[in-house]
Amino acid sequence: MKLTLKIWRQKNASDKGGFATYPVDHVSKDMSFLEMLDVLNEELTEKGEDPVHFDHDCREGICGMCSLYINGKPHGPQQTTTCQLHMRSFNDGDTVVIEPWRAKAFPVVKDLVVDRAAFDRIIQAGGYVNVNTGGVPDANEIPIPKTIADLAMDAAQCIGCGACVAACKNASAMLFTSAKVSQLALLPQGQVERKTRAEKMVAQMDAEGFGACTNTGACEAECPKGISITNIARMNREYFSAVVSSENV
Amino acid sequence: MSWVTKTLKSTLGRKLIMALTGLFLILFLTGHVSGNLLLFKNDGGEAFNIYAKFMTTNPAVKVLSYLTYISVIAHVIYSIILSRHNKAARPVGYAESKAATNSAWASRNMGILGTIILIFIVVHMQSFWAQMHWGDLPVKTYAGEEYKDLYSIVNFAFQNIFMVIGYVVAMAFLAFHLSHGFASAFQTLGLNHKKYSPAIKAVGQLYCIVVPVLFAAMPLYIYFTS
Repeated sequence: MKLTLKIWRQKNASDKGGFATYPVDHVSKDMSFLEMLDVLNEELTEKGEDPVHFDHDCREGICGMCSLYINGKPHGPQQTTTCQLHMRSFNDGDTVVIEPWRAKAFPVVKDLVVDRAAFDRIIQAGGYVNVNTGGVPDANEIPIPKTIADLAMDAAQCIGCGACVAACKNASAMLFTSAKVSQLALLPQGQVERKTRAEKMVAQMDAEGFGACTNTGACEAECPKGISITNIARMNREYFSAVVSSENV
Repeated sequence: MSWVTKTLKSTLGRKLIMALTGLFLILFLTGHVSGNLLLFKNDGGEAFNIYAKFMTTNPAVKVLSYLTYISVIAHVIYSIILSRHNKAARPVGYAESKAATNSAWASRNMGILGTIILIFIVVHMQSFWAQMHWGDLPVKTYAGEEYKDLYSIVNFAFQNIFMVIGYVVAMAFLAFHLSHGFASAFQTLGLNHKKYSPAIKAVGQLYCIVVPVLFAAMPLYIYFTS
């Protein structure tokens, strides 16, 4: 099939940037979206032009590296990662608009590549367990009810891709931060630093310049891992109970 | 007390204030609509005028009314702070956005809806609240006691078709604001539970229709019956 690609091109962080239009022929319905971009980039390279820069890594839908705001939605028309989006989701003759994630906390590095280190700094603020846990423990050594383990695993499915921020009208990182707060708050290993963790991660999220939550639910609707906004409610509970009861004055 | 100011300056703290003031204003609306149902009583406004006097003189109601003023002001101020913060979080917008596919229109436009409601509140308070407090109202005597005849002011105001249309339209905006705000406030407070959230959502959807419809029925009733 034939497509017209309207792609955001930006030389570097300080460049103003703008859209460039590329017609592409011979797109197979079985190609992934990133493979389609690979084909475009081969053509651009052969012509001696600068290829379109975009983030990608595992191409298995588990690393969270590929981003892209496609036709007005993070990761395009399917609720999946861009690498798992296939060209059968598009029709012959379509115009496909490709933009980078838009958020103050995710500055554009080049073209469609954004710097998502703000997420790393939120994790660094408290999204870990600060004790030596030794080797892999035997199964069921620490008794955790199945229902709780499932909730923690659901939260832990977050791959930090940033679709929640991209989808949110406020560029809020609440879904990401709440998933990371929840996965540890639910488990026994996370209890020691539970209050400090909630306080510090929320403080870092604010410091990075992410927006506040309006509870639109757009993040949940676009999350490729189906992270629920019940995690945001949990983070709010964690945070409010932490600030009134923690030792941090 | 630095932790208090720090909390209230955080995005979650600001959202907490929005939720608490919003829920208090929902309580206020419930009281306001219940009392004003007296407008439907065919007694020439006697019950309504007695009620209006009670509402402006009873000390307990005074406390509640000041809490309401504070809630409105705080809700507005914090919405401005949050909106500015949220706008700043995305300095460059998307060329193409299909937000309608992942979220409800009302949830994305609470600021616009709230601004229209605020304009309505100012006009509304000027028309009735200010008249009741400082206006030169006619007086009626029931059982030997004098009452300001607020009913006549209300009755006169809603002879004007433009007032009636304005009120009905404003209530439509209120309905959309409540359609998101009601359940959203509980989510912000962290009250999301599979046992209670479906009920909260259902009550919110019912509330956002029933209360504005009752309010809108008042000017319509007066316009068409007098």
